[in-house]
Amino acid sequence: MAADSRSRRYARLLGVQVRISLTSAMQYRAEFLLGSLIALSMLAVTVMPMVVVFGRRAMLAGWSAPEALVVVGLFALLKAILDGAVSPSLIAVVEHVRNGTLDFLLLKPADAQFLVSTARFEPWRVVDLLGSLGLLVFAFARLGRWPSPGQLATGAALLAVAVLVLYSLWVLVICVSFWSVKVDNLSYLFNSIFDFARWPISVFPVPVRLLFTFVFPLFLMTTSPAMALLGRLGPATAAGALGGGLAFAALARFAWTRALGHYTSASS
Amino acid sequence: MTALRHLLRAAPTLLGIGLAEVVAYRAEFFIWILTTNLPLVNLVLWRAVAADGPVGRFGQPEFTAYFLGALVVRLITGSWVIWQLNFDIRNGTLAARLLRPMHPLLAYAAQHLAAIPMRILVVSPIVAILFATGGEAAHLSDPSTLAAFLLSLAGGWLLVFLAMVLIGTLAIWVESALSLYEMWFAIHVVLSGYLFPIELLPAAVRPVAQVLPFWFTLGLPVEILVGLHDRASLWQDIARQWLWVAAFWTAAALLWRAGQRRLVAYGG
Repeated sequence: MAADSRSRRYARLLGVQVRISLTSAMQYRAEFLLGSLIALSMLAVTVMPMVVVFGRRAMLAGWSAPEALVVVGLFALLKAILDGAVSPSLIAVVEHVRNGTLDFLLLKPADAQFLVSTARFEPWRVVDLLGSLGLLVFAFARLGRWPSPGQLATGAALLAVAVLVLYSLWVLVICVSFWSVKVDNLSYLFNSIFDFARWPISVFPVPVRLLFTFVFPLFLMTTSPAMALLGRLGPATAAGALGGGLAFAALARFAWTRALGHYTSASS
Repeated sequence: MTALRHLLRAAPTLLGIGLAEVVAYRAEFFIWILTTNLPLVNLVLWRAVAADGPVGRFGQPEFTAYFLGALVVRLITGSWVIWQLNFDIRNGTLAARLLRPMHPLLAYAAQHLAAIPMRILVVSPIVAILFATGGEAAHLSDPSTLAAFLLSLAGGWLLVFLAMVLIGTLAIWVESALSLYEMWFAIHVVLSGYLFPIELLPAAVRPVAQVLPFWFTLGLPVEILVGLHDRASLWQDIARQWLWVAAFWTAAALLWRAGQRRLVAYGG
């Protein structure tokens, strides 16, 4: 009973946070329009490398053009969620720590990690999201076959895990900021490593592949959902990916609570 | 004339300060270096594409040389003035810079130039690897080619810096100058030869790419460095590059002056 009312309370809180972000973004309507235009042109640029590679070759490391396009579509989707929902809030935390205003967040009667993660959204990234979904539909149309319900469900589950892993990675980076306040560069480093995820992981040599499966789980993020949707993922790998992702999220939560425990507020 | 004399007298100090900053914030400097890993991704990718045969005139050794060259040129010509301008304009600290007897843009430029010795230090092992793994070095011993390379490098640096100044100055009018820069960078990545040599672009797009300023920021110096540039049109291309530099310089000067008027009108 208590858990049910708690989750309803947090759902309402989420609604409030989203509404605040939306209204403050809609104040600048020209920015919204500009942002949407930029999003559309970025989508074209995201696809361009693929066009050039597959203009010359029919297959790349065992992936055909439409199959690789699925990976690119998922990459664009994750990037939209990352830039629209995950990064803006977590970047704000660094500012809070620097200015000492994190104390105000910690005083509120709700979980700090939740408040911090839902503080800011960029609504015009929805255009990015729709564009990437369009890319995915186009890819499957070119492929000539559609994912079965089972494959769709596995793919969706792995995508949800991918978002969770991405978010957890960010939380871990933010935990570092409690100790060494200057992490703006780490966010750029994060984004530049994430850029590797636009290619199916089999393109990279084996040691790099291991790095991207166990250290920076990029394999989890784009290649494994794509493989699930294309019916190329075995059940053992899928289970491993799901379990690994959830374990990673638990690790991030643990790191956050420990970091918060060590946080000495601005006013000693 | 007094402005020039001020500049000459202040230059050694400014460069000294810039160098001291780079040494003091070494960790940040190295993280920025690490974020420039896109050429390495593309290196791996295009080597995989060329595994079963050259793409155009690029086989695996040519791609290796090209992307190591792209890494070198990118590290030396990189700028970060857009973030400085955006911060200073949005937080009003530009007013403090305008009170100084030195033009703010010259101050930024001095800071950037001061970081170049450290960057050359970091880049030297990469250059060594480039020529050790079979990149052509013979052509650089010819003084006119070496001079052309250094000129193209300087021109590339100026184009990157001035492009950032142009977009950054727009922050006086527009909320999201950084998003505009993101779009510029995304187009630059495709059309400059950063993502792949522009020879590999589809035939329809190639002549456009050779006229736009993007290729002159990166592709031209890289092609001269690794010996892939057609010697006949070398000085014509350098001339075209510096024509773009002149155009950007004029545009930046005019935009800055217009921006100053608006800043003054709104009370800084």
